[in-house]
Amino acid sequence: MSDPDTSTIDINGFTTRVWRKGSGPKLGFIAGFGGLPRWMPILEELAKSRTLIVPSLPGFPGGERGHTVLDTHLDWMIAVRETLEKADLSGADLAASSVGASLALEIAALWPHMVRRVAAIAPFGLFDEKDPPADPWAQRADNVPGLLCEDPEIYKAMKTAPEGANSIEWPIEQVRASEAAARIFWPLGNTKIEKRLRLIQAPVLLLWGENDKIMPRSYAKTFADGISGKTTTQTIAGAGHLAELDKPAEVAKAILDFTA
Amino acid sequence: MKLMWFHLMPYTELPENFREANPSVWIDIHSSLFDPERAHLMYNDFMDELEFAAEVGFDAVCVNEHHSNGYGLMPSPNLIASSLARRTSDTAICVMGNSLALYNPPTRVAEEFAMIDCISGGRLIAGFPVGTPMDTCYAYGTNPSQLRQRYMEAHDLVVRAWTEKDTFAFNGRFNQQRYVNIWPRPVQNPHPPIWVPGGGSVETWRWCAEMDYVYCYLSYYGYKAGRATMDGFWAEMERLGKPRNPYHAGFLQFVGVGESRQHAFDLYAEAAEYFYGRCLHVDPKWATPPGYTSEGSQRAGIESQVKKAADSNVRGKSTGERFASVAREMDKIVDNGYVIIGSPDEVAEQLREVATDLNVGHLMLLLQYGNMSKDLTRYNTKLFAEKVMPKLKDLHTGWDDRWWPKPMRAEERAEISPFNPAVAAE
Repeated sequence: MSDPDTSTIDINGFTTRVWRKGSGPKLGFIAGFGGLPRWMPILEELAKSRTLIVPSLPGFPGGERGHTVLDTHLDWMIAVRETLEKADLSGADLAASSVGASLALEIAALWPHMVRRVAAIAPFGLFDEKDPPADPWAQRADNVPGLLCEDPEIYKAMKTAPEGANSIEWPIEQVRASEAAARIFWPLGNTKIEKRLRLIQAPVLLLWGENDKIMPRSYAKTFADGISGKTTTQTIAGAGHLAELDKPAEVAKAILDFTA
Repeated sequence: MKLMWFHLMPYTELPENFREANPSVWIDIHSSLFDPERAHLMYNDFMDELEFAAEVGFDAVCVNEHHSNGYGLMPSPNLIASSLARRTSDTAICVMGNSLALYNPPTRVAEEFAMIDCISGGRLIAGFPVGTPMDTCYAYGTNPSQLRQRYMEAHDLVVRAWTEKDTFAFNGRFNQQRYVNIWPRPVQNPHPPIWVPGGGSVETWRWCAEMDYVYCYLSYYGYKAGRATMDGFWAEMERLGKPRNPYHAGFLQFVGVGESRQHAFDLYAEAAEYFYGRCLHVDPKWATPPGYTSEGSQRAGIESQVKKAADSNVRGKSTGERFASVAREMDKIVDNGYVIIGSPDEVAEQLREVATDLNVGHLMLLLQYGNMSKDLTRYNTKLFAEKVMPKLKDLHTGWDDRWWPKPMRAEERAEISPFNPAVAAE
């Protein structure tokens, strides 16, 4: 794997990292719970056939403490839209996971011209009392990797400081990623996105890890029923909540086929 | 030296196998363990104990706020404080305190504290804790990423509500109120003294120093574990050029007084082991809501772990994380300094050392803990008041306690009609 090009953009006075690699039509990728502290195989797969652009959302790894000035849902929406615009992703296809997928769908609902198609992996945003999501913020630390990925070692390896990383700042950045997600999704993960799904005209691919221990698979139907655009639902075998980490080749293929 | 009597109001009948059979004393403790009719008796015992402490001469009685908690039955300490305002006469009433971010709108705190200050004739100490992760983020669902911002804003609003003479509009980030004008207003001018219980964060030390608020370290782990935190506070004070007035600080300590060390050991072992074994049994999953611990504190915590510094069990760690490594047998509990025990002379000597070494003018004493009976609590309290207190009162006499309540003069205060006078202290 060669390194992506890294640049930064400014959102509300905080710098945010943007990775770019590959050629062809643009495809954006927005990380899920925990963010992407390092370049991962899913990104490499996607960059093989597209110009892949990966902006960090406020507070996520690469995104400083930009989440701390976002107090309302509207603040978040505007920050995400601005991030996409400044990352050169206006009108592009978007693939996004988990908390990021929820935000990608919101943008598609509010500003339809901003997003061409959305591949959404197990999005946050819903809460069904009869089938609630797991609480990712109330877990013993050693349970988290197995809750997010089918293979916990993949998540652990992603979150372990690489050689040469700042051993103090690296773990703080990982806590910050969880905090940023909490800032918008605490305590239930419920942003009442259900009310806005009908505004989504773009085609949407809903991807779900077969063994997602965070987001119930039943939620795929709620998204599919609510979204006005054409939806396709696909299950990824042998994958957990962050299916793109467990099965990068399969998830990349599904995304690339959908956005071909 | 001020000696203050603190009650946590623990549920005293958690089963012996509580640790093994239950995940946590906090948040998801099962309702089947709570018997309201037993709690009726507990509350009344606890309130008797607080009143007794006032009668035997403690400078203050203290209550605090917890939610969904088997060792803290005061979701609203203000309810207990208002009763104490009527049933005590000269003792300060320390509400330690109201977790500001949990009140909506926060002017509720300004109002209720003003009520207690009026009813008590100006005896209130207003404690403003951020609150533990369990109380704030889990039991009350407050967003951990906003908690401190909300706390700071609520503080500004409450102080302004106490001090502005005219109706004003509050245009905050999280709170907007067109008309703020609380009735009643506090007796104490400009407002009751503000005390801030905190962990070991530099931000809180600095804030207390700058705002001239009392910094309190309310740890369950005693003076040995607390030293590094208090040293940190005083180092920060010195850095800011503030005097080392011991009354700028408060510290919590568990105590058991007996005829001898062995006698005290035998008397208090059960209650202490109940507290450290059952009451501090908190599922670590409730320990670390992301954003609760500031990045500055996380940084300090990681650095002190790297350096294996004395305070590595405190810095950057949440309440829940600290619970995980607690000692639970009496000999360890005593060795670690969680509970100070001994004859009155031995206890006095140890507490003099604590108050001197930690440079603390306000000692908050837990003389009831765990499942300690009312009789033993009264024994401990009385023996402390009669035999220990006189040996400590002369400490820190050279300093002015500017943070103590300034009540109305006794002759100006209401006469409280006696209630059930037959139930006197003895």
